[in-house]
Amino acid sequence: MSVAPSVTPTHSRDAAPAASRRRGPWLSVAGTVPFFAYTAIFLVLPTLLVVVGAFRSREGVFTLNGITQALSERTIGIFINSLVVSAVTALIGAVAGALIAYALATAPSGSLMRRTFTAFMSVVAQFGGVMLAFAFIATIGINGMVTRLMTQTVGFSLDPAMLSTLFGVGVVYIYFQIPLMVIVFLPALDGLKPQWREATANLGGTGVTYWTRVAGPILLPSFLGSYLLLFANSFSAFATAAALISQQTIIVPMEIESALRNENDLGMDAYAQALALGMIIVVALVMWGYAVLGRRASRWQA
Amino acid sequence: MKKSPLALVAAAAVLGLTLSGCGGSATPASTGSAGGGAAAGASKAKTATSAADLGGMDALVAAAKAEGTINVIALPDDWANYGQIKKDFAAKYGIKVNSILPDASSKEEIDAAEKNKGTANAPDVFDLGTAVTMASTKYFAPYKVAQWDKIPAGNKESTGLWVNDYTGIMSVGYNATKFGEITSLDQLTDPKFKGQVAFNGKPAEAGAAFNGFLMVNNANGGTLDNLQPGLDWVKKMKQAGSLNLADVTAGTIDAGTHGVVFDWSYNQVSTIARLKAKGVDWKTFVPKGGEIASYYNQAINVDAPHPAAARLFQEYLYSDAGQNAWIKGGASPILYESMKAAGTIDAASAANLPKVDGTPKTPTSDQSKAANDFLKKNWDAAVA
Repeated sequence: MSVAPSVTPTHSRDAAPAASRRRGPWLSVAGTVPFFAYTAIFLVLPTLLVVVGAFRSREGVFTLNGITQALSERTIGIFINSLVVSAVTALIGAVAGALIAYALATAPSGSLMRRTFTAFMSVVAQFGGVMLAFAFIATIGINGMVTRLMTQTVGFSLDPAMLSTLFGVGVVYIYFQIPLMVIVFLPALDGLKPQWREATANLGGTGVTYWTRVAGPILLPSFLGSYLLLFANSFSAFATAAALISQQTIIVPMEIESALRNENDLGMDAYAQALALGMIIVVALVMWGYAVLGRRASRWQA
Repeated sequence: MKKSPLALVAAAAVLGLTLSGCGGSATPASTGSAGGGAAAGASKAKTATSAADLGGMDALVAAAKAEGTINVIALPDDWANYGQIKKDFAAKYGIKVNSILPDASSKEEIDAAEKNKGTANAPDVFDLGTAVTMASTKYFAPYKVAQWDKIPAGNKESTGLWVNDYTGIMSVGYNATKFGEITSLDQLTDPKFKGQVAFNGKPAEAGAAFNGFLMVNNANGGTLDNLQPGLDWVKKMKQAGSLNLADVTAGTIDAGTHGVVFDWSYNQVSTIARLKAKGVDWKTFVPKGGEIASYYNQAINVDAPHPAAARLFQEYLYSDAGQNAWIKGGASPILYESMKAAGTIDAASAANLPKVDGTPKTPTSDQSKAANDFLKKNWDAAVA
């Protein structure tokens, strides 16, 4: 922080003569500075700290303890949990969200119904964290509204303990996965031109032909891209699960928190960083896949 | 909560006067210079190992007031009556109490000191569990409070790096209005407790939950070296469906999501008061054989941004007012015995202290370490 004021004046002094001759290039470079500064501070630096931290003990010496612990059977199990819950909720969210998005896409784009619905989806997609967890606890938790209503009327209820299991966490995640899919997938559906369908029909194709040979292949990259986004979304989620389950570690972010907080064993910092490194690798792979698919999808959006 | 603190503030003020009177008369020569330069006072305060080093209690108070602020960390309002302690200290000395990360763990307190080192945001004082205290002495500044000699030798580091402050007894708190009387842990497998019973955190990670586990273990025939009975009991509870793994907060207790909670006696007291207002009777009991106690420790950050205020806060905590505030919150402070002898314990507050039959046990650091490793390995599977 204290560096900034001392650096800026020198910059502007150096830049002044240059700017008079070639203002254009300088300005265009200057425009990207905030972006690169932002990425450097909030993305590159933390990543580097995590990579270094994964090999440093609390006393600052090189250690492989963190990595070794992160490769233990128990930790791998937690990683598998995280991957499974993310993959499954992303799949359910992607399929259900795509169907809803298609229903919306058939409505005229300016209609009140469609605008209301997409606005609602945008809000719900952002509803997460502790509030979401508590909303579920208050509804189908042990003393929840629906639980009590069902017990009083039909004599049984959902098992309230379900919320504190991997399955329950998945159910809660789907609550924000579906609307997120609707939001990110709707533009792709809007990109389907009615002429394509007409052309298919003119050439003697049926509805099935259209979906399997025309719309399907066009939508596939953006469907898969949305799927990866949903996957990363739930892979990195923490607060919801932490509020639902505090006495058991089921997903990676919870294990990181547990290692950082641990009052009984102080030597777990490197392990926490190693876990974070593992997550970075997974997300980097996913984002790479997303970028590749994005390039393919953009061919049809020109 | 509104009424009683007033009385205590008054008591504290009177006490403060007598205390500062003592300090003043002990070292009359140096009190004059104390008001002089705040900067000089601050640099001196950084290395002061007692109030006398600064020229007595008056000088310490003046230096602390000149700093004007104290950063405390990991002191939730509903933990051991810290809400009142922070308020009373601020009111008595006109020093702003800046409460950072109230829900931080002991380890996070040390991490905050390390990461904010040299800034005005670093914590000034710590309240730490034993494991973290023993491993973090290089972060502490030695200081001996006025009451130093009354603290038993086994409860302090000899140079004053850390001092035991208060302990509670591990207890079972429950909603007696809903469940009636509970006297034994065995009752908790009854179907009416479905999804109601919780530890305060994860035993392999949080001190309160760790000691909660030791309580159920010892009550079920285990010892501090044999934790299998506790684990078996937890498995049994899990199979019966009684365990609730969600995070315990005042909100979940109030909403009826957690009806039985294992926690320190001093945390149950605030729940009792809160639920009483709603017409719910929250009761506690200590299971037979499962008496577990564990002192927390006070220490001053060696790089405290407000060194005088940090030292004054220690003096306040170990004054009769501070000790009585802990008692009021259901914690047994380290000076309890000496205050009992001197007759300075606030009788009404003492009623909040739990009744204990057996002699409370505290694990040694080796036992803690072994137990933690055991839990790390087995806990997740036991509750899965």
